[in-house]
Amino acid sequence: MSSNGADQDAANRDVVSAAAARGPLAMEAVSISKDFRLGHATVLHAVREVSFALYRGAVVALVGESGSGKSTVARLLAGQERLTSGEIRLDGNRVDPSTRRSFRRYKSHVQLVFQDPFSSLNPVHTVRHHLERPVRLHQGRKSRAEVAGEVGTLLDQVRLIPAGQFTGKYPHELSGGQRQRVSFARALAAKPAVLLADEPVSMLDVSIRLEMLSLLNDLRNRFKLALLYITHDIASARYFADEVLVMYAGQIVERGPAEELTQHPAHPYTQLLVASAPDPDNLGGTLRASGTSFRSPGAGTPGAGQPAAAAAGARAQAAATTVRGCPFSPRCPLADDRCRTDAPALLPVSAGRAAACWRLDVAAPGVLAEGRGGL
Amino acid sequence: MNPTAPVLDISDFSVVYRTPGGDVRAVSDVNLALHPGEVVGLAGESGSGKSTLVYAACRLLRAPALITGGSVTYCGRRAAGPTDVLQLGGHELQQLRWREIAMVFQSAMNALNPVLNVRDQITDAIHAHLRMSRGAALKKAGSLLDLVGIPRGRLRSYPHELSGGMRQRVMIAMALAADPEIVIMDEPTTALDVVVQRDILAQIVELKEQLGFAILFITHDLSLLLELADRIAVMYSGQLMEIATATAIHRQPAHPYTRGLLNSFPSLHGPRRELAGIPGTPPDLRHPPAGCPFLPRCGYGTDACRTVDMRLERVADPAGLEHLTACPFVRPDTPAPDRPSTAAGQELPA
Repeated sequence: MSSNGADQDAANRDVVSAAAARGPLAMEAVSISKDFRLGHATVLHAVREVSFALYRGAVVALVGESGSGKSTVARLLAGQERLTSGEIRLDGNRVDPSTRRSFRRYKSHVQLVFQDPFSSLNPVHTVRHHLERPVRLHQGRKSRAEVAGEVGTLLDQVRLIPAGQFTGKYPHELSGGQRQRVSFARALAAKPAVLLADEPVSMLDVSIRLEMLSLLNDLRNRFKLALLYITHDIASARYFADEVLVMYAGQIVERGPAEELTQHPAHPYTQLLVASAPDPDNLGGTLRASGTSFRSPGAGTPGAGQPAAAAAGARAQAAATTVRGCPFSPRCPLADDRCRTDAPALLPVSAGRAAACWRLDVAAPGVLAEGRGGL
Repeated sequence: MNPTAPVLDISDFSVVYRTPGGDVRAVSDVNLALHPGEVVGLAGESGSGKSTLVYAACRLLRAPALITGGSVTYCGRRAAGPTDVLQLGGHELQQLRWREIAMVFQSAMNALNPVLNVRDQITDAIHAHLRMSRGAALKKAGSLLDLVGIPRGRLRSYPHELSGGMRQRVMIAMALAADPEIVIMDEPTTALDVVVQRDILAQIVELKEQLGFAILFITHDLSLLLELADRIAVMYSGQLMEIATATAIHRQPAHPYTRGLLNSFPSLHGPRRELAGIPGTPPDLRHPPAGCPFLPRCGYGTDACRTVDMRLERVADPAGLEHLTACPFVRPDTPAPDRPSTAAGQELPA
């Protein structure tokens, strides 16, 4: 495992992040891991040797299904969980947010926005209260008028206009979109360099999502935020992110520039994600033509209950215990004997791209050929 | 499209919520028909009244919700004749629900009883609605699980021991227990991952082909309906804006709101498009504006929209299929307006 980790490290250094062109390095996760103990004998490896970097003004998307460990990565970066191993660097310095004081200082650089705007705001406090507190905590001594002015500016920045109409409101008086704007404003109150957004739009209506993403986009440009966008919606990552990291069972299985990765996915898991996204241009194609034409590998068919159970079980199992081989191998249509015994390292495949797969020659010959030409 | 009589016919249907601050007109004069074996998608954002419409039509709402007008007629293969759902008494309703019209709710975790295992869960439902011996009900429960691809060993599992996808499959299995004519699905896959979502949708389509029920599918995700549904009804602020086949909605959308929805979701396949979204928020239904409720958010709007009658009108459809829109001004061939329809004005980076 450790030699494997070193390999991955090397691979990550070889791959120039697609986000790097946007601005200076803000934050780095170096081979971070997180284990959770489940009972005395079982350990859940929620995050395994994950490395990536966030750059000012750039969006990195972390894509994966529930249980893949993407939210744990956000919590680790936000200092809400302690690392099992690895380190987090902020502006090149290793951070250790273990004491209260250093944690607070850390929080003024790194802010987290949660998925659920309905539970992340306190129902008994007004919008003003939600915003005044972080302003007082993070922006030093200010007079009452200055704080009020700052709250107005924050609401303005997230386009809750006119600000005066919103300061006295309670969360239940706001729509989901408005609440999420308050969450953004609260994060901005600390004047952070890094914003970690954990599924910031997936609880919102489709018609509002775009507006929220464009607001986030506007904020990152305006404040040169280094943004980590965590999502299970790979289509939004295509439009919004510079670089996409695909996570499966606690590991990054593929990374690359957003457009290239989504249009020419190399890893079989990424290919499955892309194939599963609704495709309106393929009207009634895969779903309706014949119900059985599309099935994700390993999902099984009705009647043959066993494979379905195996797939569902495989997911939990992959994360829970030390699996030998590639974590995706139980669901992968291309898996061979080596996949089941040796874990593939995340290796460069072409400019800015890396994938952890033994069978790339079969899974993505086009991407590989391009890589050989380019490297 | 379907020469047969509709299995469910909702006409001129209106629902209000009585509140101290006045009536909230959640559903106004909706006409919607569901034909045997058909998949109709009902799309709209939260608060558009899509769930209220369907729940009220199945008599699942109680005060302060109040049905103020219209009729709901059910006409199944097993029924002697058309039934007026709004006139049914308690016992007859019991007969209708589950046997004729079954429901799959959004949140399987909350819809399943956490202290009952899957077997008791399913047999409970069977005993409540069908006359069946205990042994037969157990057998039925097993075969229902087979139907949705869950191993029978899971009969003894409790809801918390199942993954989200499996729970939703159990819900679907339960809905199919009495071989219903109509299955109503209220955002059955919204809480699930894309991969699982796709598996479940494929399964639903397969079961539909096999068993021949009709589906009324409620969701805010239009992109999903484009692939899944035969016809799509787009709802906004308690009214239907447009009804057409999925192909027509996708290729020749007429109503500006439908166009806005189509322009709201990033697509993974095909070239990158410029996304506009829909600026603003839906109107307050306590004080609905005169004329078109979408006007404040509409890029095509003119003064004439303030007095427009929101009646569904036919538009010419190349395939000759029914295509109705509530907007008298914009037709499928109307070009997009010059002025940007986004108040926000920001585009995602190209």
